[in-house]
Amino acid sequence: MQNFAEELRAALLLILSGDPDMWSIVLLSLRVSLTATVVAAAIGLPLGAILAVTRFPGKQLVVVVVNALMGLPPVVVGLTVYLLLSNSGPLGVLSLLYTPTAMIVAQVLLVLPIITALTRQIISELDGEYADQLRSLGLSRMQTVPTLLWDGRFQLMTALLAGFGRAVAEVGAVLIVGGNINHVTRVMTTTIALETSKGNLALALALGVILIMIALMVNAAVAATALRAQRLSHA
Amino acid sequence: MFFRNIVLGGLMLAATAISATAADDVIIVQSTTSTQNSGLLDAILPQFQDATGIEVRVVAVGTGQALRNARNGDGDVLLVHAKPAEEAFVAEGFGLPRRDVMYNDFVIVGPATDPAGLANEADVVAALARIAAAEAPFASRGDDSGTHKAELRLWGDTGTDVAAASGTWYRETGSGMGATLNAGVAMGAYVLTDRATWISFGNKGEHRILLEGDPRLFNQYGVIVVNPERHPNVQAAAAQTFADWLTGPDGQAAIAAFKVDGTQLFYPNAAP
Repeated sequence: MQNFAEELRAALLLILSGDPDMWSIVLLSLRVSLTATVVAAAIGLPLGAILAVTRFPGKQLVVVVVNALMGLPPVVVGLTVYLLLSNSGPLGVLSLLYTPTAMIVAQVLLVLPIITALTRQIISELDGEYADQLRSLGLSRMQTVPTLLWDGRFQLMTALLAGFGRAVAEVGAVLIVGGNINHVTRVMTTTIALETSKGNLALALALGVILIMIALMVNAAVAATALRAQRLSHA
Repeated sequence: MFFRNIVLGGLMLAATAISATAADDVIIVQSTTSTQNSGLLDAILPQFQDATGIEVRVVAVGTGQALRNARNGDGDVLLVHAKPAEEAFVAEGFGLPRRDVMYNDFVIVGPATDPAGLANEADVVAALARIAAAEAPFASRGDDSGTHKAELRLWGDTGTDVAAASGTWYRETGSGMGATLNAGVAMGAYVLTDRATWISFGNKGEHRILLEGDPRLFNQYGVIVVNPERHPNVQAAAAQTFADWLTGPDGQAAIAAFKVDGTQLFYPNAAP
């Protein structure tokens, strides 16, 4: 094992000194994973809430399938998106392979089941508490969805953060559809994989520590915003 | 408010993500981990870009995967090292004629204790036979890469059925050269590796080169432009410029000038 403390210091210095390569990698990681989380939230929040409030035959089966999809292997998602976006694939004309957009598409597929499943869980519980009250106002089940989503907004942040955590940490999908191209599609996790394969284990680990710190900062920022909003709403 | 900010921010991120993808004169090179991990491409590609204004994007995978990606039209040029597979690729009409670019060589690295006694052996086939006889751990790429194909050819010459030994002393990692070296060092196993990756590898542990110099360990790299008649999306003109530069005097000089710790890793040998 090489000197880890030294490598960590060197990696931190790269970030703090504004090393353009390092920063572009960090920013691309954030850009891809945050975008994927937002897109997945735009679909998954309403989808999960509708799944929670509606009653239809086979609902339990759908719930089980959505829950199971939370465990989608990133490599399989990457391979599927590769086959779709490949120039020989059905969506090849879009020329999206080896671009950040392709990485976003793959991560949306990974994150969507997580947000949908957790939203369904959270909204089901809220629906159990408030269903009678909302119905007494004359709202249909579908009409209660926006109210329930708004009421559950702070708990739902956890669902979004779980999705973001999955996106920013995965390497299997972005490696296949992004190609780990320097200055174009290289993100934190693929850099860590690359440095590991070069045998620079301490540097790889130091980059991993930075990745964890970034995830921590995103979580802290969201928590602080949520806390402030919560205080304001009670004021 | 708080949700709307997040959504707006996300949309802006999405917009920049899409605008960043459009660019002129960009080619995708499907290449191998050895050319990237050794630092060769980082050293020579800026020179090509300065000379021609063409941006090169490298996807570094094993030769097998590079050929498969190129077969799907996902790439404009190949820079790989498995001549029979490359010739088959061209013969099937997926690529324009293949040209030699450079060579380096394979070496066998292993633990300092050298349980199979390779240090006294100069013949690679005899050395592998010793490893098999001693049932000493051997870490194989097992990923259909150029190095894996070369290794299997050599095992074929020894008459050893490595597939039957898989999981015992013969261990297929199914991953890249660096990952296999990491595993080999940790397991105290012998590994067949290209010299370039080994010299620039940062986690050598107690491993060292135990066999080198056999002519059968010669490792030839070739360049192939993907056939634009097969895949009209191929940037044929820019790809041809890249292949011509690589095999021309400037590219050949750049390859020869690339050194790690004072050692030249690749030897240019394009036909003039």
